[in-house]
Amino acid sequence: MTIPLTTITPPAKEAAPPEQQTPREPIFHLEEVTVSYGDKAAVRDVTFDIAKREITALIGPSGCGKSTLIRCLNRMNDLIPSAKVEGRVVYHRQDLYGQEVDAVEVRKRIGMVFQKPNPFPKSIYDNIAFGPRVLGMKGDMDEIVERALQHAAVWDEVKDRLKTNAFGMSGGQQQRLCIARCLAVEPDVILMDEPCSALDPISTGKIEDLMMDLKQEYSIVIVTHNMQQAARVSDKTAFFTVTPEDRVGTLVEFDDTETVFTNPTDTRTEAYVTGKVG
Amino acid sequence: MSARQDAIGQATASQRIKDLAFRLALLACLALAIGLLVVLLVDVALDGVGALDWDFINNFTSITADKAGIQAGLWGTIWLMGVCAFFIVPVGVATAIYLEEYGDPTKWWNRLIELNIQNLAAVPSIVYGILGLAFLVRGPLSLGNVVLAGGLTLALLVLPMVIIAGREALRAVPSSIREGSMALGATQWQTIWRQVLPAAVPGIATGVILALSRAIGETAPLIVVGAVAVIAFNPEGLDSQFTAMPIQIFDWISRASNDVNNYRPLAAAGILLLMILLLAMNSVAIWLRNRYEQKW
Repeated sequence: MTIPLTTITPPAKEAAPPEQQTPREPIFHLEEVTVSYGDKAAVRDVTFDIAKREITALIGPSGCGKSTLIRCLNRMNDLIPSAKVEGRVVYHRQDLYGQEVDAVEVRKRIGMVFQKPNPFPKSIYDNIAFGPRVLGMKGDMDEIVERALQHAAVWDEVKDRLKTNAFGMSGGQQQRLCIARCLAVEPDVILMDEPCSALDPISTGKIEDLMMDLKQEYSIVIVTHNMQQAARVSDKTAFFTVTPEDRVGTLVEFDDTETVFTNPTDTRTEAYVTGKVG
Repeated sequence: MSARQDAIGQATASQRIKDLAFRLALLACLALAIGLLVVLLVDVALDGVGALDWDFINNFTSITADKAGIQAGLWGTIWLMGVCAFFIVPVGVATAIYLEEYGDPTKWWNRLIELNIQNLAAVPSIVYGILGLAFLVRGPLSLGNVVLAGGLTLALLVLPMVIIAGREALRAVPSSIREGSMALGATQWQTIWRQVLPAAVPGIATGVILALSRAIGETAPLIVVGAVAVIAFNPEGLDSQFTAMPIQIFDWISRASNDVNNYRPLAAAGILLLMILLLAMNSVAIWLRNRYEQKW
């Protein structure tokens, strides 16, 4: 079910769409990544790969640095002056923090959906059209908007009120609008930072269905507090925890989601996923 | 004898009396403030309402009190406000954007600028008049005592107000909007220009109007920069000599009045007209704020 996205050149995707069965193709390679705010490290020495067209879930207790880490993947941490990233974040064999890499270019390819729905104080239409406009995308804007909203499974609910303010939508609709906004600029990867934590179970279910659809075309990384959610939607799970000695986040285990939840290697993972701690 | 175990009773009589007395004292202060204002307004209205007619607005000032009007002052004030607004909107908004969106508050120079702006807002207006006289009317720019010099002097006076109001309006736009925009690949400038600034416009506009309504009543700096009291023409350009409503009012008050030439009603009518303008401007500011303010 590949909806042709647009006439616009898609951002640096590798040539032919691979079959589902092809071996995991890494899209991100994290190597000894440490992120600190000022002198205090938030997450330390993280190494793992994120595969293309999979959903990778980052789970763990509060303060384990999973949100900090996901914000490294599109350089949103640059907006916090005190944040410092060490190690290597490699995206399509290019170091994201390399000298020649512009953070704005990074964010055009790697979109992000936030914890709290953050529609712009504009019409539904303008919310979607903003991204394509600032990126100078060519094509029929009405078509781009419709496709993005359909893709995010919110079109039917809003098609009659595209010109009304997005603040009039329900929380769940707003979050799907934010996903649609992200899809409209045709990113390569979508990062989701606890996208359902402000939503009710029905809206959450809709967003999870949407994620399953989207992974046909996109690589998705999701931070979630909800272990059931990680177990339901993700292919791979990275479990983080906080070291008891110096309160720094660290990667404990990274594996197939099924393995992490049913047969984890580390006792700390087991304690967490079975609900004994956290 | 632990208070915890006593039955919950009423407050003691003395507590209730203190409570009541305090409330009455507060009310008395409020009544005093409002009462004074009402007395002032009523007194001026009684004096001035008879003189406030079309002739008053349409005539120039005159050596005959009966024929005198405020046209030159009214147009002078309009010109001054125009120059002032033209200057404070771009400069004030740009400064606010720099301080709020770009300036790193941990750097000493940004903190110094901030501190200075706070202080400038408290500098007496006559000091700005002297500044205008030394640098705009004479000195480096030598513009002379013209509309441009007067308007710019008033602009300098209220610029800190605009900057402070602009910063507050920008700060009220939540950071989630900036993040949402940047996450789509918008540059910082695109984010500010197309998301943050439009969302802050109602707050900025309110600040600008309130700044102008401060400037419209200023007299001292205009006297210093050489507004002319007796003038029988409207400004024709930025390089015209000018008067302004408060200057005109001040001139009428300072003239000796007698039975033939009574300038007092004229002064009162001028004050009324100024008050009407001021209230109108403030009403627009309040309306703007209520109508367009974004609830986040």
